[in-house]
Amino acid sequence: MSFVKLSASALAIAAVSATAAAARDQVQVAGSSTVLPYASIVAEAFGENFDFPTPVVESGGSSAGLKRFCEGVGENTIDVANASRKIKDKEIAACAENGVTDIIEVRIGYDGIVFASDINGNGFEFTPTDWFLALSDKVLVDGALVDNPNKTWADVNAAFPAQPIQAYVPGTKHGTREVFEDKVILAGCEATGAFEALKAANGDDKKAAEKACISLRTDGVSVDIDGDYTETLARIESNKDGIGVFGLAFYENNTDKLQVATMSGVVPSTESIATGEYPVSRPLFFYVKKAHIGVIPGLKEYAEFFVADEIAGPDGPLAEYGLVSDPELAETQAAVSDEAVMGGAM
Amino acid sequence: MTETSQSTENGRKPHGGSLMTLSKRTARRNAAEKRFQIYGIAAIAVGLLMLIILVSTIVSRGVGAYSQTFVTLQVELLESKLDKSGTRDLEKIKKVSTFGYAPLIKNAFSVKLEELGIQSELSAKEQAAILSKSAPAQLRDYVIANPDKIGETIEFRFLANGRVDGYMKGRVSRESIANDKSINAEQLDFVDILVVNDVIEKTFNLDFITGADASDQRPEAAGMGVSMIGSLFMMLVVLALALPIGVAASIYLEEFAPQNWLTDVIEVNISNLAAVPSIVFGILGLAVFINYMHLPTSAPLVGGLVLTLMTLPTIIISTRASLKSVPPSIRDAALGVGASKMQAVFHHVLPLAAPGILTGTIIGLAQALGETAPLLLIGMVGFIASNAPDSLASGLMSPNSAMPAQIYEWAKRADPAFYERAWGGIIILLVFLITMNTVAVILRRRFERRW
Repeated sequence: MSFVKLSASALAIAAVSATAAAARDQVQVAGSSTVLPYASIVAEAFGENFDFPTPVVESGGSSAGLKRFCEGVGENTIDVANASRKIKDKEIAACAENGVTDIIEVRIGYDGIVFASDINGNGFEFTPTDWFLALSDKVLVDGALVDNPNKTWADVNAAFPAQPIQAYVPGTKHGTREVFEDKVILAGCEATGAFEALKAANGDDKKAAEKACISLRTDGVSVDIDGDYTETLARIESNKDGIGVFGLAFYENNTDKLQVATMSGVVPSTESIATGEYPVSRPLFFYVKKAHIGVIPGLKEYAEFFVADEIAGPDGPLAEYGLVSDPELAETQAAVSDEAVMGGAM
Repeated sequence: MTETSQSTENGRKPHGGSLMTLSKRTARRNAAEKRFQIYGIAAIAVGLLMLIILVSTIVSRGVGAYSQTFVTLQVELLESKLDKSGTRDLEKIKKVSTFGYAPLIKNAFSVKLEELGIQSELSAKEQAAILSKSAPAQLRDYVIANPDKIGETIEFRFLANGRVDGYMKGRVSRESIANDKSINAEQLDFVDILVVNDVIEKTFNLDFITGADASDQRPEAAGMGVSMIGSLFMMLVVLALALPIGVAASIYLEEFAPQNWLTDVIEVNISNLAAVPSIVFGILGLAVFINYMHLPTSAPLVGGLVLTLMTLPTIIISTRASLKSVPPSIRDAALGVGASKMQAVFHHVLPLAAPGILTGTIIGLAQALGETAPLLLIGMVGFIASNAPDSLASGLMSPNSAMPAQIYEWAKRADPAFYERAWGGIIILLVFLITMNTVAVILRRRFERRW
């Protein structure tokens, strides 16, 4: 029994001493699974080039990450939240309620959202209208709003093959979903005139019309994927008719299994996204708790290293992996080194 | 029908004919038994088939992770790049980041090609791209560890890029990279030439078993080692806490506690706890150990504590079962010769029950070893590429992953090369589980006594 006693007491001592001296010495990051690969590339290079320990990067989605970020200030909360969308006012308010007031917003670059299907299947040349007609809950037929009757892609657009519509879109906890709704579904909604009809039906309420526009059909044609892109890929591999929504970087790593569709006639690539020709792209962010700078060693250095030219610049490893580098990177760098918090205050 | 086979009192027909020939009913009963046996055999066969499919899939997909493509190059550690001052001051050498080491590698390629007399159309950058992104880091680590070697030419064995490695393993072909931006067919031709010249070779990859996780850009450098240590430390915590607490609780409940409604309630609840989904313990761990007790997140100590909660019911139930199986005559005899109750338990009952207790503990540990769900909530699933811990305290406190969490993490990543590593990781995990279960079986066979 003495061994057990010994190890139990050693453990108790270790636990107590850690609680007393619980200085966390590594940066803790969580959030968007789209930003995760970039953050892990930076974290790895950071660990190699600095004397600080390698930051820990968890995923779980933008909303989940920001929720944890807003839980409060202290060593048991995360220092950095990755997000594939801008922080919402609601989330800023939730943060403030828990004492997280000074937040530094850092835009790291842009990422494209691509539509891809099985490599051996049909190729597509989409427009936002096609996606709206394929997935929306209600569409305009002969001037009247009806439940979406479209079964195959040929119903949507006569130029397409008669392949059953089966779409795998990111679940609502992903930031990607919001971009998909805004830049594709809503754009299609407006282009088909359904937006005006919905606005009229909702008593000229623009917000309600937008909400009605982006509500997707629930008859199994559109499937929400709450997991990662690997899950979407697995679904497409098992159902060759499926078309999935992916990040550009994920597609570029799996070009042997997927073929990418054009959007409004533009092939997605880092170049076409950088020039703004490819319409479906979004900025990627991370948010830093200013209160943790100086408390958690290496936090500011990590943020600065992330946006340094050699990392996030056009020739850096992030661009190589699929990030479209930000043309205004120099301003971001200055903002990070000044620790400029959100809301304009310096 | 003979005279003897007349109706009996209760009106039922007696068994007709000879005992040697089967009646219809007996034949039916026998057939039913035969059928049942066939069902049983079929069930076992299906089970075995599934097992064979599972194991062969795991092995065939995962075995690739154990070999890796390496590129051997002589790198001149140029003083002009690494230590401009020439003072060999470590602080100044550290100022040169991994990006400053890339030119040395490009240089090494051109030297090698000149030595072999090969002309290549590829640019220096494209040549260097067949190496892993970890190569500059490997160089830098070496230089920082041996600053006196600056200026010399040293032979290094670098990892090849994940795509090149895939090409050597047959996963990547010239067709599959048609749209790939990170590698082109000319680079594969270049690889072919280097293979012929023995610069590139595929060998056993120890780093997969000992190394740490690597980022999405370098699947070739990722290894299980550090997460294995994370699992080890968690198991230490579980063993050190769950075994004494579990055994003490069961001895008290089984041998000393009065039989009343309170102990009944406790007993029922222990059984209930054993059936609670493990994610619940994760939420509990987050609330109690991290948010309330302020223990560090992502630490194996917290993981171990959470898994202890999960394992305790298993250990208590199996310990109580093995204490119950010790016949009362042993206790009576001990008490009869004047032993106190505690002496009777600790000198006689416990040693006899020990094999059963150990078996239960090992099976509980094996269960905890394969658990991922509770770790999700306490920050042990993610990109955690810390170095191997150097002490007991840092092993318990510094962030680490666990084997199943690492496998889950790899399975999610974009690069198909991680997929192979996930399967490779499953092999290691299975080896651990099978070993633990085998030890449990051996202990039981060796030491268990039946009365």
